[in-house]
Amino acid sequence: MKIHEYQAKQIFAQMRIPIPREQVAQTTFEAKEIAQALGMPVVIKAQVLVGGRGKAGGVKRVEKIDDVPVVAESILGIMIKGLKVAKVLVSECIPIKAEFYVGITIDRALRQPVLLASAAGGVEIEEIARSNPEKIHKCRIDPLLGLLPFQTRDIGFTLFTEPALTQEFNSITQKLYRLFIEQDCSLVEINPLVLTTSGKLIALDAKINFDDNALFRHPENEALRDFSAEEPTEVEAKKAGLSYIKLSGNVGCVVNGAGLAMATMDLIKQFGGEPANFLDVGGSSSPEKMVTALRIILSDLNVKAILVNIFGGITRCDDIARGIILAQQQADIKVPLVARLVGTNAEQAKELLANSPILWANTMSEAVKLAVVKAKEAK
Amino acid sequence: MSILIDENTRVIVQGITGRDGAFHTKMMKEYGTNIVAGVTPGKRGQEVEGIPVFNSVAAAVKATDANTSIIFVPANFTGDALLEAIFAGIKLIVCVTEGVPTLDAIRAIAVAQNRGVRIVGPNCPGAISPGKAKVGIMPHSAFKPGCIGVVSRSGTLTYEIAANTGDFGQSTVIGIGGDPVIGTNFIDCLKMFQDDPETKAIVIVGEIGGSDEERAAEFVKEYVTKPVFGFIAGQTAPPDKRMGHAGAIISAGTGTATEKIRAFQNASIEVIYEPEELRQKLLARI
Repeated sequence: MKIHEYQAKQIFAQMRIPIPREQVAQTTFEAKEIAQALGMPVVIKAQVLVGGRGKAGGVKRVEKIDDVPVVAESILGIMIKGLKVAKVLVSECIPIKAEFYVGITIDRALRQPVLLASAAGGVEIEEIARSNPEKIHKCRIDPLLGLLPFQTRDIGFTLFTEPALTQEFNSITQKLYRLFIEQDCSLVEINPLVLTTSGKLIALDAKINFDDNALFRHPENEALRDFSAEEPTEVEAKKAGLSYIKLSGNVGCVVNGAGLAMATMDLIKQFGGEPANFLDVGGSSSPEKMVTALRIILSDLNVKAILVNIFGGITRCDDIARGIILAQQQADIKVPLVARLVGTNAEQAKELLANSPILWANTMSEAVKLAVVKAKEAK
Repeated sequence: MSILIDENTRVIVQGITGRDGAFHTKMMKEYGTNIVAGVTPGKRGQEVEGIPVFNSVAAAVKATDANTSIIFVPANFTGDALLEAIFAGIKLIVCVTEGVPTLDAIRAIAVAQNRGVRIVGPNCPGAISPGKAKVGIMPHSAFKPGCIGVVSRSGTLTYEIAANTGDFGQSTVIGIGGDPVIGTNFIDCLKMFQDDPETKAIVIVGEIGGSDEERAAEFVKEYVTKPVFGFIAGQTAPPDKRMGHAGAIISAGTGTATEKIRAFQNASIEVIYEPEELRQKLLARI
């Protein structure tokens, strides 16, 4: 789960990681009040859960107080990569001497956290990795020992010449690691970490991603979620225990298991169709879950055919069949529905659906081909 | 032979009194797996499917000499359950539970490595050596004894692929799990399959996210002499979206299906694009 910069900065402040004086605003009036309190000049930054805000015109420096409402107005409400800017962060201007990068994330291959740092801050780490990979210092963190002082010291000495700055860097990275562990993060990042002209280190930007699997330990972090950044049908699906992602095609699919669901989408494409969605009904499927799944898929008006592909294990095919029947009773399903149900209780499912107008297929390829043809006929 | 599990595997079920734990205990027992004990703290003295329940893994191991554990406990207790099994002397732990916090998995895997314990998972369907033993949740109908080794990051897609091995059957099928951090990776399984005389060919079932498939391809190029087939799910997956599995995500342009397929091709791994082609391709090579 991603959170906004201003939320991440509030967490930084609690950890005593230095940040600029700043406050979040939802209106031009609030923006001006904050700017007045801070003193000019200020920087106004769009709060949106994607990168590349600067290039999209979402970060602007303002010299005169009278210009603040105009600039705030020009950022509030704009769309950046499909997301609407609802809030701006109004921040004091920091005189910059140098920009650094520091972040902690999980290295999947090493199966441990890693600290990344670079003197080439201010641009995205992926970009540094492409253009100047030798400028990234990578430090493996033993999960049983934590980030050791000598490790951050070693990096500090390569980034800074003054011992006082190395010490300051140690203190910031140790706090960052404590935050990473205590809050179950999957990423914490300061980019840029700025050396001011007066010789202080300060976090000019902040990014925190939480591990979704660990949110049950941190209900206060769950409360930071910005639902406006999420597709409403995806949120509804999640509440019902389904995993759904909307795509742009016309063959809706209901599958059990994420891998099989992706493979089904791929096969639709391979046979000349376009998948309308990813949908995993999950392991223990109840008929009600199936009803919700079909309702969500049918709410997408692009859908011209539905493909149900189930390899029953924990998922029982008769539950799926009962769900299809319930959905048919509750709503008139006007698009053709192709079903391929094998595994646990597949025979019962067939009996249940004997009088239903669904189209049967015996194999995955057969089912996909049929669904693709039906979607094309409907056009 | 087979890998990881066989007739001599002595299994305890952690979380045996829960809904999933009890159901799959019954299924594994029906398959012929030697389930010797169950563990649910506070339920000592009960029985599930005729199997005695203990309060702790240590007590269960002491009474039954178990060497393998399968974990069904809820995600918030799984980190502790893994460590409990490691400290009780279990050598192979299959963690079925989905939704385990990544840092809990990382810590348990680090401890397991220090003590020579293998963890499979979390978020995995487990392993089956058809005709011998099943330490997992897969439906029996998809599997039969034979000579193909299958290793996969998925659950149901694994069953689909295994069912398409036709008359060849399978030596062992392992689901290594769909989480970003897992205890056993493709390379670990490739090593075991390469060394297993019963396995004649290997199928790798990968998906988008991470770089485990790429590293597997490098390993195949260097060390594997048996025919290897590869399938990658997620060619149509959009970037930056988690496709059901916590680990199935294309982030910052890496972890795409295209990269993985190219890595397979570079290592002379025969790529399968449709599960049903597998049988024909196996016939052509074995």
